[in-house]
Amino acid sequence: MKEAHHEGDEQHQGHGKIYKFGMVVDLDKCTGCGACMVACMAENNIAFRKDETNKTRSNFWMRVYKISNGLPFPDTEISYIPRPCMHCEGHGHHHTPCVSVCPATVTDYNHETGIVSQIYTRCFGCRYCMAACPYHVRVFNWWDAKWPKGMEKYLNPDVSPRMRGVVEKCSFCFHRFQRAKNKAFTEGRREVREDEYQTACTQACPAGAITFGDLKNPEHRVYKLKDSPNAFRLLEKLGTNPKVYYVSTRAWVRKAADVYVGKEGEGATCA
Amino acid sequence: MDPASAPFDSALIPKGVKRCQLKWFLLWIAVLNGPLMVGTVAALMCWGLALNVTNLSNNYPFGLWIAADLGIIALGAGAFFTGFLRYIVKIDDLKHIVNYAVIIGVVCYASAQGILGIDIGQPLRGWFIFWHANVHSMLTEVAFCITCYFMVLCIEYLPLILENRQVYKLGFFHGMAHHLHEAMPTIAAIGVFLSFFHQGSLGGVPGVLYGRPFAYREGFLVWPWTFFLFILSAIACGPCFTILITRITEGFARKRLVKRNVIDILAKISGRLLVLYLVLKTLDTVYWIAMAGKVGAPLSSFYANQPYGYWVLITELGILGVIPAILLLIRKTRQNDNVLILACVLNCAGIFMNRWIMTVQSLAVPVMPFDRFISYHPNWVEYASTFLFVWAGAIVISLSYRYLPIFSQEKELNPL
Repeated sequence: MKEAHHEGDEQHQGHGKIYKFGMVVDLDKCTGCGACMVACMAENNIAFRKDETNKTRSNFWMRVYKISNGLPFPDTEISYIPRPCMHCEGHGHHHTPCVSVCPATVTDYNHETGIVSQIYTRCFGCRYCMAACPYHVRVFNWWDAKWPKGMEKYLNPDVSPRMRGVVEKCSFCFHRFQRAKNKAFTEGRREVREDEYQTACTQACPAGAITFGDLKNPEHRVYKLKDSPNAFRLLEKLGTNPKVYYVSTRAWVRKAADVYVGKEGEGATCA
Repeated sequence: MDPASAPFDSALIPKGVKRCQLKWFLLWIAVLNGPLMVGTVAALMCWGLALNVTNLSNNYPFGLWIAADLGIIALGAGAFFTGFLRYIVKIDDLKHIVNYAVIIGVVCYASAQGILGIDIGQPLRGWFIFWHANVHSMLTEVAFCITCYFMVLCIEYLPLILENRQVYKLGFFHGMAHHLHEAMPTIAAIGVFLSFFHQGSLGGVPGVLYGRPFAYREGFLVWPWTFFLFILSAIACGPCFTILITRITEGFARKRLVKRNVIDILAKISGRLLVLYLVLKTLDTVYWIAMAGKVGAPLSSFYANQPYGYWVLITELGILGVIPAILLLIRKTRQNDNVLILACVLNCAGIFMNRWIMTVQSLAVPVMPFDRFISYHPNWVEYASTFLFVWAGAIVISLSYRYLPIFSQEKELNPL
């Protein structure tokens, strides 16, 4: 199955089609409103505390970073970088950074979807995966989740809340994929359509900056968007092979997103 | 010794050696229990209130505990390496210190496991590392090898306990101690095999993190170069730690317990291994600088944020590496007691610094260009729960020294 996935084989295996879900974020459209973060927290029952001033202990599956070109007024420009889990595929002899290090097989790369999963009830909180992830995607539950009175009634029944002492991260709303797959199967289809499976952050973005879909499927919008000359990925040269792409027409944004930009200038358009 | 002045518990004390009065010993144990209780409270806070009582964060999932863990295990390498030299290389003189090296090893490995028990977020699930083992993870290899090796250390420690004067009188235990002694070369060989793997795997823990150019190293097959460097650094500093603890014990006991020539053998071997380590570490550093540059992480980016400036590199390799290596290599300095202690302290501090750098500094270096450097300093809970094992170890060593025949040269060096 792994080989089929890497070779881009479209054949049906196991219980259905082989996907490679990914995301393309247009940074020129992102206004930094944070709706994606809010939607993600609500969708995935992400715990929060009354005092969230210490951001190094906050739970964000989707986090929006603000960057600047560093120039003085009137040349100052800013950009926002929404950062979900990159669902790294790895390449060559490198596995997904967090998957290969987890000592208890808590996290796994699903070759049917390309999604990196996390089994919360198996995690014993060694936090090695957090050390392995260069994107700070993984967060630890420093406290037990305590919901404001009555809010537990509004939790998403499809997503299990996490206990303290375990690591959690963005799942590309995998429960939505499961729901969409069930629906497709009951309707006699083996394939989930693009509009049937969308992440919460994608749907919440008012600017339409986030596009989600199957990176291998030419009919999905992400297929073309990821091949844009202005597309790039975070820390591409490390070889993590992330499945979240960013697009920006501004060269300084592309440069700021990687520790190097070796390919910069090849067809890129500058603002 | 005048029976009237003999300690109250003299029946338990090995024959022919002098120990302090029981009341002084109990007072010493009570003194150690003070900070031990503070550490116990800190550990209970971590278990009861969760890890939010520490200064760890999502930016620093590893902190003092992991650095101390790696350091303690390196220091405990004196146990397996002295056993290796004694039973496999057959340096007979080391039989006079191998017992103590084993006890120090037991303390170090028990401490490391204890610290890990506090460090993990869900301690009751700690066994998942064995049950759901991921064979690709260096941490899995560490867990299996450390657990197995700790059992080996306990088996090595057991005959010493059985040789207590009163226990030894019982026929079964007498025979058991004898048979365990007979099997010791085989047990030591198993210990050596396991130790090489877990010392190396601990090096692999940061070395495989290819998402962190500061920590990542290429290597041989599945093992990054840090795998081999950690083994070498552990066996270069382990004997020094054994010497250091022996000297501290002698200071408290106010008498010589091991002859100078035995200490000198360990110091000499330690010095030579340290030189070899420094040569390979320097080569590794040069190669690492070149490779990190290729993924867009120039050396300056690693040392751009204080307190992690270039001084870290200079201190680790120079002050805590080259200086002790020179002091241990030259016979004249090695045979000067004060200089030897200084060399051992520097060597052991160098190992701790290396382990801190490979774990905590690896996380301190921002990887994403728009990431900000965030500092980390452990709080009292982390310090107290780490030092808890130092005090507990001191109690184990104190009890062992008082009641077990550890130092075979003690009678000869200190006739009553």
